[in-house]
Amino acid sequence: MSGPVLSVRGLVKSYGADRVLDGVDLDVHEHEVVVLIGASGSGKSTLLRCVDLLEEVDDGQVLLDGQDVSDPRVDADVARRAMGVVFQQFNLFPHLSVLDNVTLASRVVHGVPRERAEREALALLERVGVGDKARAHPDRLSGGQQQRVAIARALAHEPRLLLLDEITSALDPELVGEVLTLVRELAAQGRTILMATHEMGFAKQVADRVCFLDRGRLVESGPPEQVLGEPEHERTRQFLRRIVAAGRLV
Amino acid sequence: MISDLQRERLAHRRSRSRRSTLIALVSTVVFAAVAWFTVTSSPGWPRVRRSFFDLETARRSLPAVLDGLWLNVRVLVVCEVLILVLALGIAALRTLRGPVWFPVRVLATGYVDLFRGLPLIICLYLVGFGLPGLRLTGLPRDPVVLGSIALVLVYSAYVAEVFRAGIESVHPSQLAAARSLGLDHGRTMRIVVLPQAVRRVLPALLNDFVALQKDCGLISVLGAVDAVRAAQIASASSYNFTPHVVAGLLFVLLAVPSARLADLVSRRAARRWGAA
Ligand SMILES: Nc1ncnc2c1ncn2[C@@H]1O[C@H](COP(=O)(O)OP(=O)(O)O)[C@@H](O)[C@H]1O
Ligand SMILES: [Mg+2]
Repeated sequence: MSGPVLSVRGLVKSYGADRVLDGVDLDVHEHEVVVLIGASGSGKSTLLRCVDLLEEVDDGQVLLDGQDVSDPRVDADVARRAMGVVFQQFNLFPHLSVLDNVTLASRVVHGVPRERAEREALALLERVGVGDKARAHPDRLSGGQQQRVAIARALAHEPRLLLLDEITSALDPELVGEVLTLVRELAAQGRTILMATHEMGFAKQVADRVCFLDRGRLVESGPPEQVLGEPEHERTRQFLRRIVAAGRLV
Repeated sequence: MISDLQRERLAHRRSRSRRSTLIALVSTVVFAAVAWFTVTSSPGWPRVRRSFFDLETARRSLPAVLDGLWLNVRVLVVCEVLILVLALGIAALRTLRGPVWFPVRVLATGYVDLFRGLPLIICLYLVGFGLPGLRLTGLPRDPVVLGSIALVLVYSAYVAEVFRAGIESVHPSQLAAARSLGLDHGRTMRIVVLPQAVRRVLPALLNDFVALQKDCGLISVLGAVDAVRAAQIASASSYNFTPHVVAGLLFVLLAVPSARLADLVSRRAARRWGAA
């Protein structure tokens, strides 16, 4: 077996005196779906942003296929091409059509001719179920449709690793299902995924591994039935009790 | 079909709005009449009318003033293009982060501080009379060119700030999305940030354009024969100020379409971004 696609080692990130990530170690192997859980403010988004090199790390390493991309000598713009990110708030470009949103990276960064980029993007939009909206602008789409476009955009340049940051948290409850179904399909296709989510039922079904993050530390990590079913740590149990109380654990 | 209740409400609304319109109309007419009467019955009115509103002088000065205005229009177009390019460059430089760019940022900031604070008229004198005074070969001596340089220097500083406000109004999450796709800083600015920024500040840009339109008349202080200068010449030969009024009216007429366009764009922008 080859090495992990993503390897995070001793990652530290502070905002001022606030140590948001406090020595995180995490591996994601090919075809693996790893789910990050943890209370709001525990550092899930920060971890994903550090992995995508959107934040400068204060210590530790981010290795992509064995290469230390957190090294300042590595061109972050190039390293990011191996990753696709979907954000909580979709972050589509409002001044571009859906099609241009999806083809942008292929055309501008990867030099794919427009015609081919659009053909591939249309096929991709068809697959995520918004093929008929290709010419529309994002503000004409529902939240669920926008998020599916954002997923198509992240997939367009065939990333090695997909980073999903609470991609259903900004959606109306009835729209959550359509986006989770799509992620389930991606997982079934063997995509390598690291995702933060509050959807515990989904995590139970789809995750190969669940990691519990608490105040910037990875407290517990293992198969979903263990971490979500019989957690070893008191902090994990407390967190899950709160989730159950909020009606989020199916 | 609508209910009787709604029909009655609509009738009430209609009669109320008819009354408001009538009141507005009457008060406007009364105000205009009073103003007109006050001015025309003032002891100095006959003289003022002769020296400011003389139709014959107006007709005679019109061709020369129009000729001058054509120069203003050409200066306006060329300056506006240069201002937009220069201002965009300065605004983009001011957004660069990191210690490497510190000197560039300081220069750009210094430029904006200097030319936003400097009164346009002083800038015109400095450029118009100071530059030629250096007697360097290759420097322009034409007052039109010198005046345009001064306008571009001052207005670029203003417009750069407008652009910068627009750039900063684009949410950081848009930058994160662009960078996550592998776009570098330059492409992120060009493809994602600037198009959104420009749309948002278009009304402010058009407003500055209207201001520039009339400030183009200030190049006359350097001796360029524009509309204002042409009016001065005509006044001097006829001992009458009417040509100035003619030039003023022409500037106003020139500004009206731009002002309406600015209104239209603002309304559309408000609709588009207000709803989102
Ligand atoms: N840009 C920032 N500046 C300062 N503090 C931040 C910033 N981003 C996140 N934080 C802080 O870091 C902590 C972790 O945030 P985040 O990673 O967003 O948590 P999560 O995604 O798990 O809810 C929070 O306390 C948050 O206030
Ligand atoms: Mg978060």
